[in-house]
Amino acid sequence: MAETKMAETGNGDSDQPLLTAEGLGKSYGHLMACRDVSFALYPGEVLAIVGESGSGKSTLLQLLSAQLTPSAGSVSYRMRDGVMRDLAALGEAERRFLFRTDWGYVHQDPAMGLRMAVSAGANVGERLMAVGWNHYGRIRDTASSWLERVEIDTGRIDDAPRTYSGGMRQRLQIARNLVTEPRLVFMDEPTGGLDVSVQARLLDLMRNLVSELGLAAIVVTHDLAVARLLSHRVMVMKGGRVIETGLTDQVLDDPCEPYTQLLVSSILPA
Amino acid sequence: MNAPTYNFAYLDEQTKRMIRRAILKAIAIPGYQVPFASREMPMPYGWGTGGVQVTAAILGRDDVLKVIDQGSDDTTNAISIRKFFAKTAGVATTTNTTDATVIQTRHRIPEGALHAGQVLVYQVPIPEPLRFLEPRETETRRMHALGEYGLMHVKLYEDIARFGHIATAYAYPVKVNARYVMDPSPTPKFDNPKMDNCAALQLFGAGREKRIYAIPPHTSVVSLDFEDHPFTRYRFDAPCALCGAGDSYLDEIVTDDKGSRMFVCSDTDYCETRQSQGHRGSESAAPHKERAHG
Repeated sequence: MAETKMAETGNGDSDQPLLTAEGLGKSYGHLMACRDVSFALYPGEVLAIVGESGSGKSTLLQLLSAQLTPSAGSVSYRMRDGVMRDLAALGEAERRFLFRTDWGYVHQDPAMGLRMAVSAGANVGERLMAVGWNHYGRIRDTASSWLERVEIDTGRIDDAPRTYSGGMRQRLQIARNLVTEPRLVFMDEPTGGLDVSVQARLLDLMRNLVSELGLAAIVVTHDLAVARLLSHRVMVMKGGRVIETGLTDQVLDDPCEPYTQLLVSSILPA
Repeated sequence: MNAPTYNFAYLDEQTKRMIRRAILKAIAIPGYQVPFASREMPMPYGWGTGGVQVTAAILGRDDVLKVIDQGSDDTTNAISIRKFFAKTAGVATTTNTTDATVIQTRHRIPEGALHAGQVLVYQVPIPEPLRFLEPRETETRRMHALGEYGLMHVKLYEDIARFGHIATAYAYPVKVNARYVMDPSPTPKFDNPKMDNCAALQLFGAGREKRIYAIPPHTSVVSLDFEDHPFTRYRFDAPCALCGAGDSYLDEIVTDDKGSRMFVCSDTDYCETRQSQGHRGSESAAPHKERAHG
C-alpha cells in the first residue's frame, strides 16, 4: 500500500523495488544488534529509520549499504541494468564502484565524508574524476553548478571545507554525493549537531533535491521531526527489531506500539 | 690486519637473494610496489638506503658503477656511495653515463639517452603517490589493486584551482604500462618523458618505506594530466652558462650576495662532455686565461 503510493514520485520502473532486505540480522557474539529485518524500498521513496540510541539503526544502515556483512539474511539491489543482485555476492570492485556512483552516503560528521584539506570544488569533483572525467573545465563547471544547487556561494569553490561552517559542510557533503546522480542515498543523522535554523534550511534543501531528482533515500534519525519532514515511510526500531512500520503520518500521528507512543509523546511541544 | 671483511657489495648473499626476488617481482608487475625486508645500512635513511640495497643486490664483479645526486657526480652523497661500493665490491666506477652499466641516481635521469643493458637505480623517499591524499596504507593498497585513481587527479585539480596550471614540478605521478600509478621519485617532471619507452631497466628502492618497484625496458610511462591542461615539461629558459646547452635541465647557482646567478646543466657529465667537445657558454673561462692568472 505504502509502496504503490510512493512509487508515483519514482523514476522509471517504479513498480519494482530498488532495494530489498530479507531476514537481515547482525550479531556480535551473543549480542543481537539487529535481527530479522525485511522490507522493500522503491525508487523515489524515502524511508526513515527511527529509534533511540542502541536500537540498531546504524547497524542496519551499515548492513544495507554493504559496509557490514550480515550474520543472517540478505540485501539485494537493482543495478542500473535492471538486474537484482545480492550485495554479498558482489565483488569488492563492484561494491566500491556502486558506492561511488549509484549510491551516496551522508555521514553525520561531514569530516568523515569530506576531504577536509582539499578545496570544495575538488571534493565535489572527486567522484567525477573517479569515473574517468578528464577535463578540468567540465569538472569545475559541474562542481560549481552543484554548489549553487546546495546554496553554497560559488566564490568559495576553492576554499577547503575546514573553513566552512557546520551547515555548509553538510550541504557540501550532499553535493559531493549527488554529483554522480545516484539513485539511492543513505543518510546517517544528517542534521545531527546543527542548530535548529540551519537544520530547517538543510531539511528543506534535502526535501527539494530528493523530489527533483527522484532519489530514493534511507534516513537514520532519532529526530522524529526529520522523519516527518523528509520521509514517506517510517520504520521504528527497538532492541534490534523493527517494531512498527507504516506511512509517516500514520505512524507518527496514530502510533500503535506502546514504545512508539512513548517516542512520539516525548517530543517537547514547540 | 684487523680491518673487517665484508661480503661482496656489503650485504650477505641471503639478503641479496631476498632483494633480487623482490626486484624480479617488481619487473614482472611494472609500477607495482613490492614490499621487501629492508636492512639497516651504514648510512642514514634519506641518504639512499633503498637505492644502495638494490644496487648491492644487482652488482656483479664486472659492472661499472656511476652514482649521481641531482645529476652531479661530485656531491657528497654521490661520492660516498661510489666509494662505498668501490671498497665493499671492488667494482670499477665511472662518471661517464655511456660507460656505466649500473647508475644509481637521486633526483635526476642523465641527459644522454640510456642504452640497452644499463640499469638505472633510483633512490626513493616516499614510494606511495597517493600518500598525502590518503593516509591509510590499507586503503591505498586497495586503491592500487582496484585501479581507483580518481584521487590522483584531485591533486592535479587542486594545483590548477590554486595556481592556474599543474604546479607539481617533481614527483609528478605517472601511469606505468597503462595499469599502476607510480611516483617516479622526486625527479623533476622534466625527466618524466625519458622514462617512457626507455631502453634501460629502471629500478626504484625505498629503504625506509621498504618498497621496491620497477619499469622494465620499453614500457609505456604516461604522465597524468587533464585534456584541457596537458602535461608540460618545465625548463628554465636559458642556455647552460658553461656549455651553452639549450636542451638540458638547469641548476640555478647563486654566485654572489648581490643577486647574481647563473644557470648550469645539472648533469655534470653531460656538461663536461660538451665542454670537452668545444661547446662554450657565457661564463666559460678560457683555459689559457686561468693559467695567466695563476
